[in-house]
Amino acid sequence: MKRARCFLLRGHFWVGLLPWAWMLLFFALPFALILKVSLSTPELAVPPYVSPFVLEPGAALPHFRPDLASYRRLHDELRALGLAGADLQYLAAWGGSLLLAALTTLLCLVIGYPFAYHIARSREAARNTLLMLVMLPFWTSFLLRVYAWMSLLDSSELGLINRLLLAAGLVDAPLQLLYNRGAVLVGMVYSYLPFMVLPLYANLVKLDQRLLEAAADLGAQPWMTFLRVTLPLSRRGIVAGAMLVFIPAVGEFVIPDLLGGGDVLMIGRKIWDDFGPNQDWPMAAAVAVTMVLVLIVPIALLHRHGRANGNGAQR
Amino acid sequence: MVQDSDSGSRPRRDYLRIEGVTRRFDDTLAVDGVSLAIAEREIFALLGSSGCGKTTLLRMLAGLEAPDAGRIVLDGEDLAAVPAYRRPTNMMFQSYALFPHLTVEQNVAFGLWQERPRLARAEVAARVAAMLELVQMQRYARRKPHELSGGQQQRVALARSLAKEPKLLLLDEPLAALDKKIRQRTQLELVNLIERVGVTCILVTHDQEEAMTMAGRIGVMNEGRLLQVGTPGEIYETPNCRFTAEFVGETNLFRGRVDGGALHCEDFPAPILLPADADPDDGGEAWLSVRPERVALSRAGAAPAGAGCNAAVGEVAEIAYLGSHSVYHVRLANGRIVIASVASAQWRDAAPPTWGDAVRVAWFAPDGVVLTR
Ligand SMILES: Nc1ncnc2c1ncn2[C@@H]1O[C@H](COP(=O)(O)OP(=O)(O)OP(=O)(O)O)[C@@H](O)[C@H]1O
Ligand SMILES: [Mg+2]
Repeated sequence: MKRARCFLLRGHFWVGLLPWAWMLLFFALPFALILKVSLSTPELAVPPYVSPFVLEPGAALPHFRPDLASYRRLHDELRALGLAGADLQYLAAWGGSLLLAALTTLLCLVIGYPFAYHIARSREAARNTLLMLVMLPFWTSFLLRVYAWMSLLDSSELGLINRLLLAAGLVDAPLQLLYNRGAVLVGMVYSYLPFMVLPLYANLVKLDQRLLEAAADLGAQPWMTFLRVTLPLSRRGIVAGAMLVFIPAVGEFVIPDLLGGGDVLMIGRKIWDDFGPNQDWPMAAAVAVTMVLVLIVPIALLHRHGRANGNGAQR
Repeated sequence: MVQDSDSGSRPRRDYLRIEGVTRRFDDTLAVDGVSLAIAEREIFALLGSSGCGKTTLLRMLAGLEAPDAGRIVLDGEDLAAVPAYRRPTNMMFQSYALFPHLTVEQNVAFGLWQERPRLARAEVAARVAAMLELVQMQRYARRKPHELSGGQQQRVALARSLAKEPKLLLLDEPLAALDKKIRQRTQLELVNLIERVGVTCILVTHDQEEAMTMAGRIGVMNEGRLLQVGTPGEIYETPNCRFTAEFVGETNLFRGRVDGGALHCEDFPAPILLPADADPDDGGEAWLSVRPERVALSRAGAAPAGAGCNAAVGEVAEIAYLGSHSVYHVRLANGRIVIASVASAQWRDAAPPTWGDAVRVAWFAPDGVVLTR
């Protein structure tokens, strides 16, 4: 008894509890709610579903009667994969989202790496300024920045880029720049780039210069040094940056909605449609649940990989 | 401790030529007009206190730093325009700089992977195995650097810098991370190893014993300048300046004015007789360096030393007993301390003098070295 009290009085016990409480409150509980909704039956009511917990007259505890129809629908799509004429709207949305997120991640990496590398190699005084510049866009509203892209990419002769192209005589008629996959990709890469640059910078700035000198001394040309030393040693930064970009990019809703055309299928849009116009909350919830599960698996794998492989290799 | 005498062709005297090399950082002259020639297969030590420019000089040889002035010629080739990755030099870094993501094997192979035309996989493996055997690290081939002790890391770093059999091997304080005992053993191992591979080597150290043990010749540096170059014996016995005399070993330094072949020194009761071959300008300022082991110590009552000797009487202020010998600090009447190193065997017949005893210190005039700078 006494020991337990001492334990509870210790400060770091409570501090250690904080992240868990946070996770419980803002992840586990909402997730449980969504899980419940996903197992319900849709109905025209408020809210528009029938809970899977049914309280029968005379029973003390509610019965649990899950309705798996939403999951069955996802499963059926999976089974119908490859069949001609199958309706694969959810799967297509999934595919579109994953592909777009993967492309975004890749482009962010390719563009962000030189950024991060350059900042990390700059003089110490210049670094903070450069980092500030990377984060500068955050000072304006995210929505505003997406709207700015809309006016840049505008497909009429009023669009800034189209105007330049026309003025330069490079094109005869304005190009269709907005409302397609390319526009979404541009918007996504632009918005997520800082999330790639910052973890990469944090990693590269710690890179021991002497290792690069040692590589050169042993006869490695600069690009060889990069491939054999810098790149492998920045693996953790790459992984961290890729996760920070990929995971939110999969569920991104605003950018595809504003910059993409009707044909840009994304899982975030699907969820929005089902929660909103379609009034099919259980379906939307089921998609959200599968999304969490699909994203948790690679994270867990990467985590394990990092622990087993990277330990100590990079102190 | 120089090169193998049985090596076939005679090593060339100026295999490496450093000519007036200078490097300035902002307001510090890190290396100031250093000129030096090093023979093939020589082991040369750069000795100097912290911050005197040893590492900077080495980095310029490796191509990691560009000289502001001067030339570096290795085996007839001017290295000025050759970038680090094309220089036939390899460096063992003060901090080892092992690649943390590669195994011991891969670290040693790294230089061999860079060879063009490419080496066959089997050849790389064979040479890595041979290097690891040389430094007795075969058992650890698959480990990562962080799984090794400091001494093991040092051997891997050495193997890595030797693997390409460079024309010039640069060792920056190779043993600094080891404790004294292991260090002394490793010094000889290292020399044997370098001689077996047969590379020319420049070794940086601030430990004079290490320099004397390992190198055939030593260069003493101070504040970016190379003050003296010579064999360990020359450096110790005939220093050419005060810095060398005081930095390499201990010494008694007397400052005075030269007059009629003697040094008039306020610290010493009589004019100090100088060695006959020294020929400093009359009236000029000069210093005399006398090594403690050249100073004889006897009880004050004993028979005075003969002619040609400098002698003074004082009392024992301090004694450090070191087993084979003792170091006596003798305070003369005017307060000046003279250090004498006395072999323990000298006191076979009588009790050695102790604190406060009156003693006489004396040395033969030819045992002193006159310094004018
Ligand atoms: N990159 C640099 N920028 C500015 N000053 C430098 C730089 N590298 C060296 N110096 C200066 O040049 C001088 C010589 O440095 P160096 O590293 O060559 O000394 P060292 O003889 O190797 O010393 P130690 O025995 O402590 O390793 C020092 O005064 C140092 O502060
Ligand atoms: Mg140094």
